[in-house]
Amino acid sequence: MKYFVKRLGQSVFTVFAVVSFSFALIRLLPGGPMDYLRAQIMEQGGSSLSPEAINRRIEAQSGINPDEPVYLQYVDYMVGLAQGEFGQSVWYGDPVASIIGPAIPWTVFLTASALFIAFTVGVSLGAVMAYKEGSRFDVGATGVGLVLNSTPGYVVALLLVAYMGYRYQIFPTGGRYNSALDPALTNPEFLLSVLYHGAMPIASMAVVGFGGWALSMRGNAIRVLGEDYLRVARLRGLSTRRIALRYVARNAILPMYTGLMIAIGTVFGGAVIIENIFAYPGVGFYLIQAISARDYPLMMGGFILITVAMVIGITIADLTYGWLDPRARGGASRESY
Amino acid sequence: MSPTDSEPRSGSETRAESGASRERGDDPRSDDSDADPAFDAIAGNDDAIDPETVTGTDDDPGPSRPAISGHAWKGRLPATGDPDDSSAELRADGGEAGGAGRPSAGRGPGGVSEFEQMADVTLSESERRRQWFDEKILAPARIVWDDWRARFGVVVVTLYLFMGIVGPHIVAEPSPNQGGRLIGAFRTLEHPFGTTDMGIDILSQTVYATPAMLLMITAGAVFTVVLGTAIGTLAGYKGGRVDSVLMTITDVMMTIPGLPLTIVLAAVLQIEGHPIVIGVLITINAWAGLARAIRSQVLTLRDAEYVEASRIMGIGTPKIIGSDIVPNLMPYISMNFVRQARAVIFGAVGLYFLGVLPYNSNNWGVMMNAAVNRAGATSSAAAFHWLLVPMVTIIVLALGLTLLAQGADRVFNPRVRARHAKTVEDGGEEDDDGDAGGPGGATSAATGGI
Repeated sequence: MKYFVKRLGQSVFTVFAVVSFSFALIRLLPGGPMDYLRAQIMEQGGSSLSPEAINRRIEAQSGINPDEPVYLQYVDYMVGLAQGEFGQSVWYGDPVASIIGPAIPWTVFLTASALFIAFTVGVSLGAVMAYKEGSRFDVGATGVGLVLNSTPGYVVALLLVAYMGYRYQIFPTGGRYNSALDPALTNPEFLLSVLYHGAMPIASMAVVGFGGWALSMRGNAIRVLGEDYLRVARLRGLSTRRIALRYVARNAILPMYTGLMIAIGTVFGGAVIIENIFAYPGVGFYLIQAISARDYPLMMGGFILITVAMVIGITIADLTYGWLDPRARGGASRESY
Repeated sequence: MSPTDSEPRSGSETRAESGASRERGDDPRSDDSDADPAFDAIAGNDDAIDPETVTGTDDDPGPSRPAISGHAWKGRLPATGDPDDSSAELRADGGEAGGAGRPSAGRGPGGVSEFEQMADVTLSESERRRQWFDEKILAPARIVWDDWRARFGVVVVTLYLFMGIVGPHIVAEPSPNQGGRLIGAFRTLEHPFGTTDMGIDILSQTVYATPAMLLMITAGAVFTVVLGTAIGTLAGYKGGRVDSVLMTITDVMMTIPGLPLTIVLAAVLQIEGHPIVIGVLITINAWAGLARAIRSQVLTLRDAEYVEASRIMGIGTPKIIGSDIVPNLMPYISMNFVRQARAVIFGAVGLYFLGVLPYNSNNWGVMMNAAVNRAGATSSAAAFHWLLVPMVTIIVLALGLTLLAQGADRVFNPRVRARHAKTVEDGGEEDDDGDAGGPGGATSAATGGI
């Protein structure tokens, strides 16, 4: 429980630090976003606007009032963010929160499914490879795993778009769902359409991921298979199933849990590229749109929200580690990342 | 192995104070007897100056001599032997001769071992380098070369280095209208990889993109490894407040998604496209994960006996970290270097492909971007080769680095090395369980007959 509270506190602190950092990026850099925003507004509204009016506009768009002293700006910014005010997008003209907010579930959907599929497929495959160590299947799967592990997700995505999307037209090349359908969670047609549109982005992230999991699972499982306690378990006459799940799988997966946390970051980063290839309007898609349009409020909003999503993911992974590994429940003793 | 010169000096002076006269009993027989008192005078050993002790005690070898004189000799030899005869002998026939020649001068059974020790000290000067080369370079190289995957990795990386360093001097610089537009790959000998929509040779574009890419990869990997190792070792070794401050920063950095951070920084900072800057920018927070992992390994090392010994001897923290801790982590660090190199390739090419990074030279990602956005390479088969060539280039390099990382693991892991030595003739099927993806880097031990 103590660990639980401490871990949550750490996550909150991380978000706080990232938000402060983004404030510093926006506000304190000379010639940075604030100056650019001012120049943009002057250009749009013409020079007819009074300096006060310009500052009001800046405040509306970025959530930062340049008239105030910096520390007040900082407080305002933080309070605004806490209330979900991320400023207004220059490019779309809408509040950032209303653009990115609806996009978050889609990005989480993509990344979480990809991570889950890659992890489960990889772990099962790795376990089978370990049991059949040295067989032709093992050698072949190791080779495939190595090649996939050395392939960036966007390469797979581009190949999928080219072949599955354009050449054979099996899957759609863009969008989140068929817009003709009623987007309600109770509508099965809509859910199918979501899966249909999400299949290729998820596949391109999962395909490159599972090779790595399979290879590390294989290595770990082979090590566990050589342990003495496994020999003892066999001598005790425990069922194969129990040995495989409770003894081998559990002990082999635990060391990979730390990798899962790093993988969450990788997947979120990779999603930025994947979403753009598939024109999938998730957070990453808007992030790149914002960069291209030099839309700083939208950009910082996207960045902060991706970070928050990732912090939540890592916190969940970290807390469930204790559930998987009773030794970690003590808390402070956990050291391996 | 061989005792240093400075250490026994104090031993001889303090411990041999009473027995100084006795232990020098066999000195007069040796040819450097006259040099001996001079040294002791310099060293401040008063007993030795007395001529009586030098000349008059040769009939007293003393039962305790080996233990004490062993110290005394080691202390004295550098001063006595080096300037005159021994060094000449050593230079004449390399090391062994010094050891062989000395016993004739200093007869007696004790003298032989002492002189041999002396020979050892000088021997290592000439031989150590060769020995070091054999142990540290040749043996690992043999191990690497014995494993087909590591061999593949070395070959691939060498190939890319060659492409980056020599390539631009062989291949013509890419320029528009080098050939026809969108010639497919493997159609003409002139343009083996085809041309772009502006008639630029794709092979030459690929080759000319390599130097900047290699620079970027190196910069990113070095940045990550140096910073990650420094912070990880410092936090793990120091502990306490230093540890908690550093780890708080590390935890925050670790939970920021790397690529979005790079994108935002590149947009806000308005950097130019120098490869080194880009390389560092892409790995801007990758050090955090490494620092975490290294810290947890240092925690197990900091209480090792040899580290404690260094600490008791009053050696400073930077030196302990540098010479006691980091060498133990070298396998892990070098493996992460290679992994990081791969991550830089993936990140850099991906972001260049998105068009969110500034560039000032050819780049594989920029090529892909142009192929997709200008020629519609995903939807039209005519331009597909333009996209495919840089993609294959990346995959092959990444594969080479992955396999190299496994090779590095094998070289550094003594268990793997031992097992490898045993199973060389069994072929590669038995010993191929290096992990590629997991950050644990744990390579399994012998599997037994299961």
